[in-house]
Amino acid sequence: MKANIVIIGGGISGVSIAYNLAKKGVKDIVVFDDNYMTGGATGRCGAGVRQQWGTLMNCKLAKMSIDFFEHAQDTLEYHRDVEFKQEGYLIVATTQEEDAQFTKNVELQNSVGIPAKKLTKEEALKIVPHLNPDIIISATFCHTDGHLNPFLMTDAYFNAAKKLGVQFFYREKVLDIVVENNQIQKVITEHREVLTNQVVNAAGGYSREVGLLAGIDIPVYSENHEILVTEPVEKIQGPMVISFSKNIYCQQVPHGSFIMGRSNPLVAHDHDTRSTHQFLDEMSKTATTLLPPLGNLRVVRQWGGSYNLSPDRQPIISGTKELPGFYMACGFSGHGFMFAPVTGLLLSEIILQQPLSIDITDLYIDRFKNQGETAYETSVV
Amino acid sequence: MNKNDVIICRCEDVSLQDLLDVLEEGYTTMEDVKRILRIGMGACQGNTCGLLVQREIAKFLQIPMSEVKPQKVRPLVSGVKLKSIVENAKHES
Repeated sequence: MKANIVIIGGGISGVSIAYNLAKKGVKDIVVFDDNYMTGGATGRCGAGVRQQWGTLMNCKLAKMSIDFFEHAQDTLEYHRDVEFKQEGYLIVATTQEEDAQFTKNVELQNSVGIPAKKLTKEEALKIVPHLNPDIIISATFCHTDGHLNPFLMTDAYFNAAKKLGVQFFYREKVLDIVVENNQIQKVITEHREVLTNQVVNAAGGYSREVGLLAGIDIPVYSENHEILVTEPVEKIQGPMVISFSKNIYCQQVPHGSFIMGRSNPLVAHDHDTRSTHQFLDEMSKTATTLLPPLGNLRVVRQWGGSYNLSPDRQPIISGTKELPGFYMACGFSGHGFMFAPVTGLLLSEIILQQPLSIDITDLYIDRFKNQGETAYETSVV
Repeated sequence: MNKNDVIICRCEDVSLQDLLDVLEEGYTTMEDVKRILRIGMGACQGNTCGLLVQREIAKFLQIPMSEVKPQKVRPLVSGVKLKSIVENAKHES
């Protein structure tokens, strides 16, 4: 078969890129994914969407993505509820360093129109009364941050893209990308060969490997981030609560259950996504310390998923000088789900050589050649 | 019997009709219907509904039940309170 563009990866980034290209009139778009829909990082994420970041680029990407999510249900004409809820993110400071950093972050966020605010401890406790008052110093809050169902958001893009003619092949692994004379010739999967000159790498945890299939060395790696969910209970918490210093994010989703996760600084750089009892122990301690009443909730399930980390913890949304026709959206460092609308829009603009909605030259892969000159994102759990 | 009145997943309140609608849409594996409908994500973690869903998928696809892959089993085996985990973690260290 022939294709104008082959997208590798049918997670949230891949479906958004496919939708945006198709909407701009591109025909013969084919998407391959070696798993079921949302079987990768998208379906394993914490389902939060936020704009409170520490770098200018991330703030801009996030703001534009939230603007899209506010109308996504209608824009994509989706027949199920994507469960978008805007009850904010409350990011708590537990050290003086964090308190000072957060003041700067809020200034940065406000400068691009993100309505974040610095709060005193007392103000934070009004929003989430069950926070442990002995631990927090201050907080920041953005009321337009929130929650979105990753499975259904992906399904919404998938359905919209399908209606525009995009072909999807889930459970079909890409084995090779054939390059000759510095031009992409074809993509070989388990079941077929596709003649094409353009490939998009949206392979999430496996984007480094997909880059290597085309001979492109992308400086990203994957690591397991674990997460758990409790039984559903009546609503007691509106916003997502995050502490970078205590290493926790925790929200009550519209369904009623609490989802919470934390990172393990000693985790190996690989594709492991298994669950450990060490995570369960550490997560339980952290959650019950910061949010004591949650101790009474039963854990019903835990799982893991890959963060795909870039050197500066900001995404790589880019073409390549080395290989024309090869594009990538990867290295989201745990935040690919919430940036998906703008990822799809910007990459479609790059591919079609249209003016960019946001100048993202700072997110091109070339930035890593000038060592030490990129902005580093510290607001990551 | 009205298929809207037949409950397939008690934890997440999913009817047989809900399941059949999603099968008709083209989502015909346990992993797919779980993510669209939340079947198997509740307190029983698929222990009650799993076989029922497997049977309906087999009927729909007209294949033996043994060819319908069950959903991935994840910990925990049963619900445990966070504070119980904290208490027992302390005993270990």
